[in-house]
Amino acid sequence: MSHTFLLEVGLEEIPAHVVTPSVQQLKERVSSFLEEQRLDFKEIVTFSTPRRLAVKVTGVADKQSDIEEEAKGPAKKIALDKDGNWSKAAIGFSRGQGMKPEDIFFKELKGTEYAYVKKYIAGQTAAEILTGIKQVLTAMVFPTMMRWGSNDFKYVRPIRWLVALLDKEVIPFSILNIKTDRLTQGHRFLGTEVALADAADYPQALIAQHVIADAVQRKQLIEEQIKTLAAKNKWHIVVDASLLEEVNNLVEFPTVFSGSFADKYLDIPDEVLITSMKDHQRFFYVLDQAGKLLPYFVSVRNGDSEHLEKVVAGNEKVLTARLEDAAFFYHEDQQKTIADYVERLKKVMFHDKIGTTYEKLQRVQALCQLLAASLDKKDTLTTAENEELQRAAAIYKFDLVTGMVGEFSELQGVMGERYALLMGEKPEVATAIREHYLPNSAEGVLPETKIGALLAIADKIDSISAFFSAGMVPTGSNDPYALRRQASGIVRIALARGWDLSAVSLQEMIMCNYQNVSGLYANIKPVKNVEKMTDFIIERLRKLLSGQQFDFDIIETVSGVAANSFIKMYQAAEILKEHQGETDFKANIEALTRVLRLAEKLPAKEIGTVKTDLFENKAEKDLFTAVSQIESKAANLSGEELYAALGSLRPLINSYFDETMIMVEDEKVRLNRLRQLQKIAALTYRFGALNKLNVK
Amino acid sequence: MSNKMSLQDIILTLQHFWSKQGCMLMQAYDTEKGAGTMSPYTFLRAIGPEPWNAAYVEPSRRPADGRYGENPNRLYQHHQFQVIMKPSPANIQDLYLDSLRALGIDPHEHDIRFVEDNWENPSMGCAGVGWEVWLDGMEITQFTYFQQVGGLEVKPVASEVTYGLERLSSYIQDVNSVFDLEWAAGVKYGDIFGEPEFEHSKYAFEESNQEMLFKLFDTYEAEAKKQIKNGLVHPAYDYVLKCSHTFNLLDARGAVSVTERAGYLARIRNMAKSIAKVFVAERKKLGFPLIKDEKLRNKLLKEDK
Repeated sequence: MSHTFLLEVGLEEIPAHVVTPSVQQLKERVSSFLEEQRLDFKEIVTFSTPRRLAVKVTGVADKQSDIEEEAKGPAKKIALDKDGNWSKAAIGFSRGQGMKPEDIFFKELKGTEYAYVKKYIAGQTAAEILTGIKQVLTAMVFPTMMRWGSNDFKYVRPIRWLVALLDKEVIPFSILNIKTDRLTQGHRFLGTEVALADAADYPQALIAQHVIADAVQRKQLIEEQIKTLAAKNKWHIVVDASLLEEVNNLVEFPTVFSGSFADKYLDIPDEVLITSMKDHQRFFYVLDQAGKLLPYFVSVRNGDSEHLEKVVAGNEKVLTARLEDAAFFYHEDQQKTIADYVERLKKVMFHDKIGTTYEKLQRVQALCQLLAASLDKKDTLTTAENEELQRAAAIYKFDLVTGMVGEFSELQGVMGERYALLMGEKPEVATAIREHYLPNSAEGVLPETKIGALLAIADKIDSISAFFSAGMVPTGSNDPYALRRQASGIVRIALARGWDLSAVSLQEMIMCNYQNVSGLYANIKPVKNVEKMTDFIIERLRKLLSGQQFDFDIIETVSGVAANSFIKMYQAAEILKEHQGETDFKANIEALTRVLRLAEKLPAKEIGTVKTDLFENKAEKDLFTAVSQIESKAANLSGEELYAALGSLRPLINSYFDETMIMVEDEKVRLNRLRQLQKIAALTYRFGALNKLNVK
Repeated sequence: MSNKMSLQDIILTLQHFWSKQGCMLMQAYDTEKGAGTMSPYTFLRAIGPEPWNAAYVEPSRRPADGRYGENPNRLYQHHQFQVIMKPSPANIQDLYLDSLRALGIDPHEHDIRFVEDNWENPSMGCAGVGWEVWLDGMEITQFTYFQQVGGLEVKPVASEVTYGLERLSSYIQDVNSVFDLEWAAGVKYGDIFGEPEFEHSKYAFEESNQEMLFKLFDTYEAEAKKQIKNGLVHPAYDYVLKCSHTFNLLDARGAVSVTERAGYLARIRNMAKSIAKVFVAERKKLGFPLIKDEKLRNKLLKEDK
């Protein structure tokens, strides 16, 4: 016969974003517990609300599977005495296993025969095993853990009740002073305590108590009610998935309702209205069929529709107070000029150990010039674009000190763009102000404009360099200033734009800027952690490549030369991936790797020109001619061309090695030959550290 | 609603309710402070092993929030109703909901939610886990299980319930501006606090003597440190509160540069942390008199040294 097991932990309100991951964790832990305990089951179903995490396990076996186990005893020569009788050791061993000497048999292990007995262990019953579920519950880990009362025990929120039922029987255990029982709690205000007769009654028994414990079902109910409301009013209600998830985990019994606000607030920018509704009040906002924002909102009550008008009125009042504030800021902010705000940035600290935001603006402004100058001809900015970039860089953080961003910090950049336009800036400048924050997540959209992209890179590299120089290098999961995201933003923008930027060239721009405007680097001379910073940025490209399923050795190869640009690294990875299956691939790489290995023997101070008069054979001459040809056009070769050119050297390299001894006694000749190899190595490194490729 | 509770009725109701739950009714502490948490009845009493159950109204001064009495919801000084219970009772949430019922707020008629809001006051070395309580979308209460105060682990854990009296009353009396609240029959909040709001705002933003305030901060700090050394916890703490308020006045005036800001906060935090340690030591010297369980008391007294 199979059984049903129910486990429910009743808690004080769990943070909404923690509910779903926690119940998944519980499911996984219960599943591995049952597997370890050899207790068969069919399925684990999860239930979760703000006040409970629960799993129902169906098809639970009567008992653990039985096992037969061999227990190893003494060696045969000890188990039997001279006459072949059981020794004391053997008798003791069998007794210790609860058996008789007659049960002993011998088996060889690593050349020696040992005494063994076969033990049969009957499985324990499900009820016995399941008391161990306590450890499953106490082992749970949450993002924030707390203590309560007089206990040292930590959990996500205080535990208030425990249900553990195997069919009709309570599985007894307790956590702190809370004993398991069959009593679960209904909705805080609409339900009562209810005794579950059978585990199978869950979650139906809770519905009468105004609790929809099935999170999926609860979410569907919300979505259906929203749809009905939208259809009735011909609205388009914007249902953001993460907001829906959050709201779903704030309620046990959802009732969707709508409210309105005065038309006059529609003059406030949409972004502000939406932030007020969505982020501050957890409301869904409403559009008309043409996509225009309407003065309505949709929310979800944790309860039924009784007295709903009071709830609507209360929510309307709160939203109105917020919008009144926003309207005030929107009006007040426009009474000042951008120059006023920029002036105030002198008083705003970017970071205590770094300096003011105003200084950052000045650094970034100077850096933008260097960055723009580094672009290829095809990307060179026009005079107008240059002016726009300079203007944007001079003011791009001004909105941080406006009242609106003070109140709605998530609108930084968005308000900057809006106010810049209102205050007469060119659209290109305004857009760059907003776009410099992009991308604002790992997969987030990139700046669409060139000015925005340049400002974004300059701002990010300045931040990274500033924090590294001030000694605040991210470690492990500790990255409070999101520098990883900013580094990956730089890489992604450079790749998308095809700009020839490398971690080293960015670093050099910082150094150059430091020399030009050293006063702005008082606290952050960019001389500390320089290598760490280059590695840190390249690591982001490596992450990006591995996310795109490039092989580890290809990633190692292309990212092995810090001076190569991100775009070249990326292209090299693609080229290697494409060619690695070809027949001469291995031979080409091996020839070049041999060169790289030997070239390392040339001391850096000896790098210099190859003297042709020291050549002793034709292979040397041939190789030199071929290499010189490639060298002369190397700067203009595409990745694919460079790869082909390097490959074409293979026969020459091989005959060179056949005919030429590198490490000869004569120092002049030896150095000359190493210099020859070093030239090839330098060309190879333009492509990547090919010696890191795995061609075995 | 014809029989709306006045603000003082609301205070009386909360006092009556929490006194029945075993809370001592304390009075507002007579040194300026930014929040009820900073009253010694919370900040100091939350630390150490002794039980503590108290409720009180705390006028809280936040100079930077002053709006000359012109903003309907922002005030230089507002009132908090503070409940602190240590160890946190198992039914503290239910007690809180009952207190709303006592105020005539029937949860059946509203939407009441506990929304995650973990509280932190780095300037006093405090951290807690809890919620803001939403009544039909409005935050009316901060609900916290203290985990750390003055840099020390809070053990047993104290639960703190802080009602924003003006907000709650605006809801109960259904007014849009706090100045329209009825404090007592026939007397409006604005009648009492309108003038001080204007004057304090004017003082804090325009007239305060910065030079004097900077000097006062240093003087108060020196005195606090000296009294910490003397083991005189309460006088020392009064001076820390004075430092904190003086800093807030300077901050409102924009007199503290951004660089200095962090430095001032750290100075206050360091004092608060030392006081927390000295307080526990002094209570121990007194034999943790609030612990009535002799066995536990003796055990705790023997701990450590």
